[in-house]
Amino acid sequence: MPDMHSPVVILLLSLLAGAIRVSTPYLFVSLGECLTEKGGRVNLGLEGILVSGAMSGYAASYLTGSPWLGVLAAGIVGLMFGCLHGLVCSLPRVSDIAFGIALMLLGTGLAFYLGKPFIQPQAPMLPSIDLGSWAVSPQLHNALHINPLFVIGIVLAFLLQWGLRSTRWGMTLRLVGDHAETARAMGYPLTRIRIAATAIGGFFAGVGGAYLSLVYPGSWNEGLSSGQGLMAVALVIFARWQPLRCLYAALLFGAAGALGPALQGIGVTSGYYLYNAAPYVLTLVIMIINCRPDRTLAGAPGELSLTR
Amino acid sequence: MRPNASSARLMLGALPALPTVCALVGTLLLFWLFLLLQGAPALEAIGLIFQGAFGSSFAWQSTLLRASPLMLTALCVALPAQVGLIVIGGEGALALGGLAAAVVPQCLPAGTPWLIATPLMAVAGMLAGGIWIGAIGALRQWRGVNETISSLLMSYIAIALFKHLVEGPLRDPASLNKPSTLPVPDAMTIGSLPGLEVHWGLLWGVLACIAAWVFVRHSTKGFAMRVVGGSNRAARLVGLPVGMLALAACSMGGAAAGLAGMFEVAAVQGSANASLLAGYGYSGILVAFAARQNPLAVVLCAVLIGGIEASGSLLQRRLDLPDATTLVLQGLLFANLLAWEALGGRIVAWRVKLQALAVTEVPVQLQKTHA
Repeated sequence: MPDMHSPVVILLLSLLAGAIRVSTPYLFVSLGECLTEKGGRVNLGLEGILVSGAMSGYAASYLTGSPWLGVLAAGIVGLMFGCLHGLVCSLPRVSDIAFGIALMLLGTGLAFYLGKPFIQPQAPMLPSIDLGSWAVSPQLHNALHINPLFVIGIVLAFLLQWGLRSTRWGMTLRLVGDHAETARAMGYPLTRIRIAATAIGGFFAGVGGAYLSLVYPGSWNEGLSSGQGLMAVALVIFARWQPLRCLYAALLFGAAGALGPALQGIGVTSGYYLYNAAPYVLTLVIMIINCRPDRTLAGAPGELSLTR
Repeated sequence: MRPNASSARLMLGALPALPTVCALVGTLLLFWLFLLLQGAPALEAIGLIFQGAFGSSFAWQSTLLRASPLMLTALCVALPAQVGLIVIGGEGALALGGLAAAVVPQCLPAGTPWLIATPLMAVAGMLAGGIWIGAIGALRQWRGVNETISSLLMSYIAIALFKHLVEGPLRDPASLNKPSTLPVPDAMTIGSLPGLEVHWGLLWGVLACIAAWVFVRHSTKGFAMRVVGGSNRAARLVGLPVGMLALAACSMGGAAAGLAGMFEVAAVQGSANASLLAGYGYSGILVAFAARQNPLAVVLCAVLIGGIEASGSLLQRRLDLPDATTLVLQGLLFANLLAWEALGGRIVAWRVKLQALAVTEVPVQLQKTHA
C-alpha cells in the first residue's frame, strides 16, 4: 500500500478525479461531432451549442425544479442549433466551417443575453452516485462520486461504436460521409441524412453543456466554457473518428484539464495559467503528431472538408 | 415586364452587393423579431444602435476608436484567406503583439526619443504577432494541421502565456488591483490625430488596409497568393512556392494583429493588461467575412462593426438591455452573411441575363439559343 499522503499519490488521485469529472462535456461534444463528421460535415459551432446548452439547462432546471428536465431542454436547444447548421449548410456555396464560426458567436451571444437573469439564482443540481464508500482515502472516495451523465456517456460511446459499424443506419451514414456520389446513386436522401446527423450531434453537445452548468463546475456564468467545444473537434481527429477512442481521448483531456487545479492542490501555485493551458497544448501536439500534409488521416470520412 | 437596357445596366452594377444587402435586411428583421419576443422595445433599440454608433461626434469617436484595431485584426483573417486559409486566432496575436510592444520601452535607455522608440515598439509587436500566426501557416503547410482549429488553440495558449507573464515575471509591482506591465513612458505613448479624439492607430489601420489591397490586387506576389487560394493544386502545377506564400500571408496577417496590440498598449491602455483582451481578435473575424475578405472593404466593415459594439453601452443605459445584445446582433449578422452567400449561383445566372439585356435589346430567349 503506497503512502496515501505523498504529494505524488494525491496528484495522481486528483488527476483521476479530474479525468472523471472534467471529461464528460468533452465526451458528449466529441461523440456529437463524431456523428456529424461521419456524415461528411464539420460543425465548429458546437462551442456555441455547448454554451447555450449550459445556459438553457441551468435555466430549465431552475424554472422547473428538475435537473433532468434541464438536461432535456439543453439537448433540445442543441438539436435546434444543429438543425440550423445542417439546414443552412445544405444551401449551395455555404461553407460549413465558416458557418460553424458564426454559430459559435451566435450561440454564445444568445446564451449570454438570455442567461443574464440566471447568473444569480441557484438551480437544483444533478445528483451524483457515490461509488467510493469502500475507499479508505478521502481523495479516492471523492474521485468516485460518479455522475449519471458520465455513465450515460460511456454507454453512448459503446452504443455509437456498435451502431456505426453494425446497423443499417450507421452504415448509411458512413457511406454518405465517405462517398456522397455512391450514396446518391443508391438513392439515399443525402441532405436529409446529413441534417439529421448534425442535429443529433447538436443534441449531444447541448447535453454536454448541461453537465457544465448542472454538475461541474455547476453554475451558470459567462466564463463557463473555455473552448471545450472546439477542443472536442480536435479530439475527434485524435480519436480517428471512432466513438470508443473518443471516450479514451475525453478521459485524457479531462485529466489534462484537471492538471492546473490538481497542482494547486498540492501546493504548486506558480504558473497557474500555464498549467491551465495544458489541454490546448496537448491538443496542438497531438494534431501535429497525427497530421500529415500529403495524405488524409486513416479513418477520416472521405467527404470531410476539414481534412482535405 | 422586362427591364430596358439602362435599368439593366443599373441592376448589373448593384448585383454584387445583393447578398450583403439581403443579409443586412435579414439581420435587422431577425434582430427586431428577437427583441419583440423578449418584450423589449425593438424599434427603439435599433434606432439607438444607429444613434450610439453614428449619432453624435462622441458616438463617432468611440466607433472609430473600436474600428482601428478591428481593421488590423480583420486583416489577420483576410490576408490568410487569400491563400484559402481560415485563421481565427487574431486575439492571441493581438495579445502577444501588445505584450512585446510593452516590453520594448523597458529595454531602452531612459530618454530615448519617441521617433526611435515607437517604431521599435511597432516592429516588436508585428514580429510577435507575425511569428505566432506564421507558425500556424507553417504547421498547415508542412504538417497538414487544420489551421482553423490550430489558430484558435494557439490563441488560447497565447492568452494563457500573456496572463502568466503579465501577472508573473513582467508585472509592475505598483499595479495592485489590476496586474499590468510597467507603464509605457509618457514620451513614448501615441497621441490623438489632429482635431480628433482618436489615436493615430486609425490612420495606420486604414493605411494597412489600403496597402494590403494594393498588394493583393496589384502585385505579382498577391496574385500568386490568390492563385493558391483558388486552387492549391493548380498553383503547384504552375510551380508557385505554395508553402512560402501561405507562410507569408499568415505572417503578414499576424503582423497586422500584433500592430493592433501595439496601438492598444501605446495609445489606449498605457501598459499591457487584461483590458487588452477585449475581443477585437474575434470581432475581426466577422469584419473580414462581412468584407468578403477584401482588404479595402475591411475599412468600411470595421467602422460598421465598431459602431455596433460602441452602441452597446447606450443600449444598456437607456433600455437596460444586457451587454450581450450587440453580441446577438453580431452573431445574427455573421450567420446571415454566410447564409445569403447561397444566392451566389443565382446571381451568376441573373448577371448573364442582365448582361444580355444591357448590351442589346434582343430578347433573352434569342440570346439563349445562340449560347
